[in-house]
Amino acid sequence: MSEIPEDLKYTQDHEWLRIEEDGSVTVGITDHAQEALGELVFVELPEEGQDVGKGDACAVVESVKAASDVYSPLSGTVSDINGDLADEPEKVNGSPYEDGWLFRITPQNEDELEGLMDTVAYEEFLSGIED
Amino acid sequence: MGNRTPLYQMHLDAGAKMVDFGGWDMPLHYGSQIEEHLMVRADSGVFDVSHMTVVDVAGSDASAFLQYLLANDVAKLTKPGKGLYSCMLNEQGGVIDDLIVYLRANGGYRVIVNAATRESDIAWMQKVAADFDVSVDPAEGYVMLAVQGPTAVKKAIPLLPAELHEAAEALKPFQACENDNVFVARTGYTGEDGLEVVLPATDGLEFWVRLLTEDVKPAGLGARDTLRLEAGLNLYGQDMDASVTPLESGLAWTVAWDPADRDFIGRAALEAQKAAGPEQRFVGLLLQGRGIMRHGQRVVTAAGDGEITSGSFSPTMEQTIALARVPAAADGECQVEIRNKLIDARIVKPAFVRKGQILD
Repeated sequence: MSEIPEDLKYTQDHEWLRIEEDGSVTVGITDHAQEALGELVFVELPEEGQDVGKGDACAVVESVKAASDVYSPLSGTVSDINGDLADEPEKVNGSPYEDGWLFRITPQNEDELEGLMDTVAYEEFLSGIED
Repeated sequence: MGNRTPLYQMHLDAGAKMVDFGGWDMPLHYGSQIEEHLMVRADSGVFDVSHMTVVDVAGSDASAFLQYLLANDVAKLTKPGKGLYSCMLNEQGGVIDDLIVYLRANGGYRVIVNAATRESDIAWMQKVAADFDVSVDPAEGYVMLAVQGPTAVKKAIPLLPAELHEAAEALKPFQACENDNVFVARTGYTGEDGLEVVLPATDGLEFWVRLLTEDVKPAGLGARDTLRLEAGLNLYGQDMDASVTPLESGLAWTVAWDPADRDFIGRAALEAQKAAGPEQRFVGLLLQGRGIMRHGQRVVTAAGDGEITSGSFSPTMEQTIALARVPAAADGECQVEIRNKLIDARIVKPAFVRKGQILD
């Protein structure tokens, strides 16, 4: 069973969101997602200052096997990216919710946070797709 | 549920992540594909390759049949135990499959073909065999294990039946020995030294357990793919198929043109292509910028576009490498299209790592 921290929000694309004190939102992929992808060898992140729309493919995580898009869960402006991942993409596997965060967004529309899943909902969502 | 090898439960017990591979439930990795890859380069690992197909060919016309069936010439197998890599072609020179054929002490041959092409290979071989006094029999109930890596031969031989120790010690690359249904070849698909062993299923289970006890760890198909890619070894269905010839697939060296009067299926088409000069050639690629090269990506060269046939991250080199088919005149600098961006790359020989060493 994969780890699902309680203070985060989740999407059906297996991304997590943490609402920071300054109102920005940190985004990463869940433990389930990193496990399914396997060992990451390359991460491509958006540019700082880039405007992204909800659902836009704005990052790519690549394992030895395949590349997967990461979709922006919110509309807004990218305020920060995790530059460490350029040299250490494996941080996403080792620490998906902490050191392996991907990017941070200043949201344009707070309402978009409403449709996200909490821990219980994501756990149920996962149990529906896992054996 | 797909086909399962006799080792299916062993894989689960070893913590394998199972995936579908050509209709077979096979282990992708047992925790870390990268660690398994590096372990085979530095030490040893064992792969279950029981999904591959063993076909035994016997009869008074066995040699004549294989000389007609295969683009390489089994006349090169001058004594029992020798093995030969060859393509099996259609009349247009397209590659139906690649395989290894061994001459056996009983005068027959053992042919080992790919899993995904099993049914079509057997059907094709039996169709061609109709004009010869020959039997083509898929062998059933075997386990095939590939023990690979610099320490593999030393670790594996003591675990073989005692009658085979001496003969197995004496094997040179691409040679095989056998005794009492156990077949041992000094071959592999990793660019490292090693053995491939075919043995009855119950003996195979026992051999697997003994290898693990002797600290030869299991490695999955994921590592097998990156190891073969680093070694520049083609994967059927990805690097070549029935739509291309060996001359366009880096496999011209496996076509035996001499003797000139040996007729083999596809010969006329290959000769015509050779005379005209193949339009494409098979190369390796190194990426200069950031990204990972993948199958199907476009290669932009001064001589026109080509395509990546296999691409991945190389655990040994810690960079991305690829095999590609490009216009014959392409050389030197090129670009690869990755997610709508053109990234600089360089054309190199299609072999990157052999025997643990990164090639220049």
